[in-house]
Amino acid sequence: MKRLDRTTFALLASLVLLLAGGPLLPEWALFLVTNSLAKGLVVLGLLLLMRTGLVSFGQGLYFAVGAYAAGMMPRAPGLSDALALMLAGGVAAGVVAALCGLLLARYRGIFFAMLSLAFSMILYGLLVKTSVLGSTDGFNVAARTVLGVAAAGAYGRYAVFALTVATAFAAGFLLHRFLGSHLGRLAPAIRDNELRVEYMGASVRNVVHLNLVIAGILAGAGGALTGVTVGHIDPEMAYWTTSGEFVFVAILSGTASVLAPFLGSILLELLRSFAYEYSPNTWQLVVGGAMLLVILFLPSGLWSVFGRWRKVLR
Amino acid sequence: MGDVLAVVIDGTIYASWLFIIAAGLTIVYGVMRILNMAHGSLYALGAYAATSVVGAWIRGGRAPLVSYALLIAAAIAVGLIFGPLIERGVLRFVYGRDEIVMVLVTYALFLILEDAIKLVWGVESYFITEPYGLLGTVEIGPLTYPVYSGALVLAAIVTGLLLRWGIYGTRYGKLLVAVIHDREMAASLGVNVRNVFLITFTLGTMLAALGGALTAPTVSVVPGMGVETIVLAFAVVVVGGLGSMPGAALGSLIVGLVRSAAVHFFPQVELFSIYLVMALVLALRPRGLFVAPEARKI
Repeated sequence: MKRLDRTTFALLASLVLLLAGGPLLPEWALFLVTNSLAKGLVVLGLLLLMRTGLVSFGQGLYFAVGAYAAGMMPRAPGLSDALALMLAGGVAAGVVAALCGLLLARYRGIFFAMLSLAFSMILYGLLVKTSVLGSTDGFNVAARTVLGVAAAGAYGRYAVFALTVATAFAAGFLLHRFLGSHLGRLAPAIRDNELRVEYMGASVRNVVHLNLVIAGILAGAGGALTGVTVGHIDPEMAYWTTSGEFVFVAILSGTASVLAPFLGSILLELLRSFAYEYSPNTWQLVVGGAMLLVILFLPSGLWSVFGRWRKVLR
Repeated sequence: MGDVLAVVIDGTIYASWLFIIAAGLTIVYGVMRILNMAHGSLYALGAYAATSVVGAWIRGGRAPLVSYALLIAAAIAVGLIFGPLIERGVLRFVYGRDEIVMVLVTYALFLILEDAIKLVWGVESYFITEPYGLLGTVEIGPLTYPVYSGALVLAAIVTGLLLRWGIYGTRYGKLLVAVIHDREMAASLGVNVRNVFLITFTLGTMLAALGGALTAPTVSVVPGMGVETIVLAFAVVVVGGLGSMPGAALGSLIVGLVRSAAVHFFPQVELFSIYLVMALVLALRPRGLFVAPEARKI
């Protein structure tokens, strides 16, 4: 058997640590971590896209599709387990991503960003006007069971947490393996020079399309889990500022490691909780300032600080 | 028949408002290759500044007719203060980086400005109705329209003509065209690109603020008014072609007419009709209506 590489080891360690430490966490921290990891899944998808050289200002589209698909599931009988909700969210978002990808895969740079933004705003416009789905208010999502455990009460909360942690671990591990594979290594090559990738005999468009679908599935699963955790979904999930927040976390964490999106996401939620507590009106100011500083001084994201330390320590 | 007339007039009014804002966005992109996400916040700044200045003037009991000049003066002041501040203070440090980095930097600026506005003006809404009410209304066929809306259309046309004259008729404008065409060549021939950037960004800021100042009398000025405006302006410039002034004009007209047609005939699709048009245009002409396809680099 191959030796475990560092990322896989870190992923496994954090899985064990989180699952064991979960019951000890206070309720607010449990909620915070669950919510951050669910959103971290969306950012994980953005990491893949950014490695391909694409910045999407419309991941809110898949996020919302996943959440709404999950939200409509309990209306069907026998399918109200959180796991089923999450799978439904991922599949629905994956299908939407495959369809949008037919068009999106042809675009790069700001045109890609703008077109993805337009798609998410189309969904937002539709959701706001659809009274069956609660218009601007959205509706409540409740999973009756989580992995067979009743969803209400402390056990339910921990079960949702465990499901999210396990999903985040699985997604991180699979994406890590994907990035190391032949197909995954084409992503940075496409970012650097598309034409040469074509010369080598690979289809740039197919790779981009595949990466879009993967990112879509991740965002959909993240949206579904967010819906289950928060218990409520609304059209704001598809608004462009939601997508902007995901981009912010992606920039903050950088694309160096699959662990970074989750850490960045937890960091943002922590920052948000404290900022809301002390000065609710300057929250965006803090976020914007942090983003500017990261872009100006740490162009590869916070994760690159670890790399620098490692160099210094050697 | 009345419906069609209403759609055309409403659409034109909406398009005029959009054009003033989109013109600023497109000129900044054309010259500096920066898609300015903070444009919507600058628009909101213009609206707030105008309400404050005009509000104080009217409360002082002075001649209300001067308020029109004050609206424009407020916009120019916002441009002169915030244009150089943002360009010299932030943007010049990221020149030469990827276009998408520029989007992210201006997105950060957008977040900062949104809260800065809330800190200064609070979260309540502001109204100034005098400049709007003063001009009265006019009847066109069976429809009644405020004269102020006509003034807005006029303002958009004058802005467009001034920009056209400024770009093609003056020495500075010709330097601008040279920079748009080939920044490095222009710089090596002795054009001070630094100054061109500074002036262009100030002009763009001024246009955003002007859009806000001229809208201020017709709406309530509230936090978040820039958030939706910026994505509308994006739709306009993307439809017309990024960096193209005639594109911005045509894009505004298309978006304006589509929206007013949607409002009149299918109100439930109002919001997403605009983005649908944007997606359609991009699907058929990937770089917008007025921009020629670019050669791929190897």
